[in-house]
Amino acid sequence: MRVAGKGLLDRARTVTFTFDGVHYTGFQGDTLASALLANDVRLVARSFKYHRPRGFLSAGSEEPNGLMTIASGAAQEPNVRATVQEIFPGLEAVSQNRWPSLGFDVLSVNDLAAPFFSAGFYYKTFMWPRAFWEKVYEPVIRRAAGLGALSGLNNGDKYEAAWAHCDLLVIGAGPAGLMTALVAARAGADVILADEDARMGGRLLAETHAIDGQSGHVWAATVLDELATMDNVRLMTRTTVTGAYDQGTYSALERVGHHTAKRAAGAPLETFWRIVAKQAVLAAGALERPVAFANNDRPGIMTAGAVRSYLNRWGVSPGKSVAIFGNNDDAHRTAHDLVTAGVHVAAVIDSRHDAPLSDMFDVRRGAQVCDSSGRKGLESITIRSVSGQDRLQVDCLAMSGGWNPSVHLACHMNGRPEWRADIAAFVPTPGMVPGLHSAGACNGVFSTAACLRDGAGAANRALDALGLKGAVPEMPEAEDANYNLTPLWAVPGKGRAWLDFQNDVTVKDVKQAASENFRSVEHMKRYTTQGMATDQGKNSNVNALAVLADATGRGIPETGTTTFRAPYSPVSIAAMGASGQGAGFAPQRYTTSHGASVARGAPMIEAGLWYRPSFFPTKGETNWRQSCDREVNMVRQAVGVCDVSTLGKIDIQGPGAAELLDFVYTGMFSTLKTGRARYGLMLREDGHVMDDGTTARLGDTHYLMTTTTAAAGEVMRHLEFAHQGLMPHLDVSFISVTEQWAQFAIAGPKSRELLDRLLDSPLNRDDWPFMACGAVTVQGIAARLFRISFSGEHAYELAVPARYGAALFDLLLERAGALGGGPYGMEALNVLRIEKGFITHAEIHGRVTPSDIGMGRMISAKKDCIGKTMSQRPGLTDKAREQLVGLKPTGAVKQLTSGAHLFSQEDAGVRVNGQGYVTSVAFSPTLGHMIGLGFLKNGPARHGEIIRMVDHLRGVETLCEVVNPVFFDPEGGRARG
Amino acid sequence: MAELIPKSPCAGLLALTIGGMTASEVDAGMDAGVMTSLVPFRGREKAMSDALKAAHGMGFPAPGRATGRAGARAIWFGQGQALLQGPAPDASLGEYGSLTDQSDAWAVVRLEGKGVRDVLARLVPLDLRPGAFRRGHTARTDLAHMMASLTRVGENAFQIMVFRSMAETLVHDLKTAMEGVGARG
Repeated sequence: MRVAGKGLLDRARTVTFTFDGVHYTGFQGDTLASALLANDVRLVARSFKYHRPRGFLSAGSEEPNGLMTIASGAAQEPNVRATVQEIFPGLEAVSQNRWPSLGFDVLSVNDLAAPFFSAGFYYKTFMWPRAFWEKVYEPVIRRAAGLGALSGLNNGDKYEAAWAHCDLLVIGAGPAGLMTALVAARAGADVILADEDARMGGRLLAETHAIDGQSGHVWAATVLDELATMDNVRLMTRTTVTGAYDQGTYSALERVGHHTAKRAAGAPLETFWRIVAKQAVLAAGALERPVAFANNDRPGIMTAGAVRSYLNRWGVSPGKSVAIFGNNDDAHRTAHDLVTAGVHVAAVIDSRHDAPLSDMFDVRRGAQVCDSSGRKGLESITIRSVSGQDRLQVDCLAMSGGWNPSVHLACHMNGRPEWRADIAAFVPTPGMVPGLHSAGACNGVFSTAACLRDGAGAANRALDALGLKGAVPEMPEAEDANYNLTPLWAVPGKGRAWLDFQNDVTVKDVKQAASENFRSVEHMKRYTTQGMATDQGKNSNVNALAVLADATGRGIPETGTTTFRAPYSPVSIAAMGASGQGAGFAPQRYTTSHGASVARGAPMIEAGLWYRPSFFPTKGETNWRQSCDREVNMVRQAVGVCDVSTLGKIDIQGPGAAELLDFVYTGMFSTLKTGRARYGLMLREDGHVMDDGTTARLGDTHYLMTTTTAAAGEVMRHLEFAHQGLMPHLDVSFISVTEQWAQFAIAGPKSRELLDRLLDSPLNRDDWPFMACGAVTVQGIAARLFRISFSGEHAYELAVPARYGAALFDLLLERAGALGGGPYGMEALNVLRIEKGFITHAEIHGRVTPSDIGMGRMISAKKDCIGKTMSQRPGLTDKAREQLVGLKPTGAVKQLTSGAHLFSQEDAGVRVNGQGYVTSVAFSPTLGHMIGLGFLKNGPARHGEIIRMVDHLRGVETLCEVVNPVFFDPEGGRARG
Repeated sequence: MAELIPKSPCAGLLALTIGGMTASEVDAGMDAGVMTSLVPFRGREKAMSDALKAAHGMGFPAPGRATGRAGARAIWFGQGQALLQGPAPDASLGEYGSLTDQSDAWAVVRLEGKGVRDVLARLVPLDLRPGAFRRGHTARTDLAHMMASLTRVGENAFQIMVFRSMAETLVHDLKTAMEGVGARG
């Protein structure tokens, strides 16, 4: 219910939203949780395992119970904590893990069967029959126990990733964080102040304490006003710092668009930040821990601090008659604030015998709440004291077992926090994350005055490290009350007492883990699933390990904590992968002819990051084979044009260029004449083939190397390594010119005719033998011409500066068309090269040696080269190795498939009989049948043999003849002529 | 016969103005857009720098720095490597090192306006605060999965270079980031 005169809300602005289809109203500034409580909605969820009715336990991001699904359709977002979700007009929220409704949930029968579902039940129960786990047990369990679901639709929301850099990152904007930021900003440091809340101020917004005579939230607003005017300060609200990483890097999730229905065009829903900070101050505050007693999970039972938050910040009392149960002075503030606001406080039950008394409310010293009742909401509590047991009718119980400092981020680099007995809590060990200082409640400092002092102190430590001079401002006057806590973890008694609300883990489960010898805290966690839910055990870890410590007879510090891991609170995968969404996954590289190819209807195929045309369909062609066959015939009979700009081109210059090439290639390049190109084979150090290509000598100390499209980057890296690491004495440099030149293959018997009409002066036949290269001009533009061939035809490659690429492609197609030619794509290019037995990375796949591909003699005997020695190992020169052969079908089945395996005709097609495999296949329109390249044991000696190709995957079996891999024009007369 | 009409890498893609910020292609008309990589020979670094100064008015840039000014700039481009942007390289430079024409290899974009630092924060991991990355500072960096060259050329102006073939991706990513920043107002 709303409480008049309380809360930091804009009561002039009402907001209508729905929960499970029912319309409710709240005010601007409400969270979904505060608005539901204001409407007296207490039952908001069903628990994970037992489907118990649950209400809100907290008022912050640690909430274990109040998870809801927000919105519907593609934008549907499950497991949103209603305590964090701000309401806005039209917000739709739906409860989870219940069927058919929240009020009547069929699977609440699980709660009655609870004795069977204790810790480790599925390890014990579902052991056999073995096959049942995957098919029966797991699907059933997953359906019964669960959280919300995704829509299954493609989410069109935009997510962003971004970087930020600062001198000082302040995590948390409560009193300590605000003071840290203020001191550091005034000293001139670049400060980022991040807070998970929509409004900064932390507990100052939730308490009634005064600072310097004004309300805490007014003081916070004054500080924030000053910070907002400073150029060196960046205030990041709705931003949760989720992880601490090496070298001062922190991850943070900013919820940019979750609080509004009206997102500006182009605005992201979330931004995932990586913040690099020279120094950081953790001022993350503390989280209140519940007390374990029987049935402590009913709707209406929540932490004492949460009750104050709802009252003071949102003007809501979670009950009409409230009891408080605690073990520390801080819990009494809840009673004080409620009474002051006019809410009935039934009693303060304090487990301490020396608890302070009050004239405002009834304090029951040395008493404990030992049970509760009320199926869908709290109706009464049972109080046990020396004088016996009695029941108290209340609809809300505010409990406090003390406060746990939020040490998480300080422990993200695998540090362990220290136990402080005086506050019965863990605090950060200084130095666990280099450059990170802790201040305020997360450092075990609880009063407002002490938090302000601690914040200023942390700021000055950070400023010292930054080499800046800070000044401590005059400390404002604030409460400095004692906390006075006597530990109370679990109230003894029968019945299930909840520790982990989100994963339904009880005191009994932890004790059972201990009794079954899962005594290590890490084992207990995994055996009971305590702390493994989306809240990561924020509300339960310390309580659970205290119970474990008790059960195993050890102290809490000896028992220790489990490992703290990022993220602090859930982060969507979409946010973490923001920069890889859709087309952002990888850059797209387009050639200069891309537009023209697409305009001609060419489907694109990806080659690394490049897009290349597969084929160019013409009128009447209905499948790719028709286009491909036509293009192959066109190249063999007239002339074809193909964009080959994607092949790597590396400009190599310097006095040491020739010597370096001799060292990286198997062949000799220092003897190559200027104006000539040569085919080169490059080995890895282990003697296997790395890449191949032609290299042209453009001048005395100037070469141009080409690589395959796929290996362009790898070869560049290899050259740099060979130079810097192996031949540092050479004066040579490399730079990629792949992008500088648009290069086109012009292949076919009419290629020369085409060039003679295109170039500014016709080619002199004697100057342009096979493998010649040199400068030419096209319409006055300086170009490079190479007489090289990957098709086996009389062919050239013409390169022009890339700005002319698009225009030259158009021009080439026009000229080719006049000669009965045209463009050809990757499919035809592949057929042409298979007909000629030319290799690609289908053959040089990383496991083949030069001799495997029939190029053993290309390793020059006159010099050393990378990989030479290793390629001579006996295993790499063995005759029985699989070596390159050609294959053609001879039987009734005419199909060849790449990836198929080869067997001797008489052998069964099983692995142990394997003789080799097929790497490339094509239908050869030139020969009229399928052809293949493959590797066969002792292949070159078996030409003429009939073998069996078996494709186990596709169910194809073909008899083939082993032939020379060069199917077409083996003498090479067409290319040379 | 003027059939070979040149086309700039970002032709038809830029300029783009969003939220008061503009991305435009540098030398889209390609009138003066000569870019040449300079790699001094062993031991000729100083001679190269002197020749560069004499011919074009700027020294060979130190790592992470760009020398010269708009229209004639030498940008550090990698280990022992600079990119001369603007003038055609004087013949004297060839005596002291290897020169390679790169005029057509890169898409060159100028990003300008208040808020461009926020745009770049969504694309590159660098600390671009004024104190850390001043005018005349340059870096080879990762820009939305592309290897790029980034140079600060003004108070609120940066020059971005990526491979020519990636121009469309660059413009797409710039647009997405600019919209994200623009939408926040």
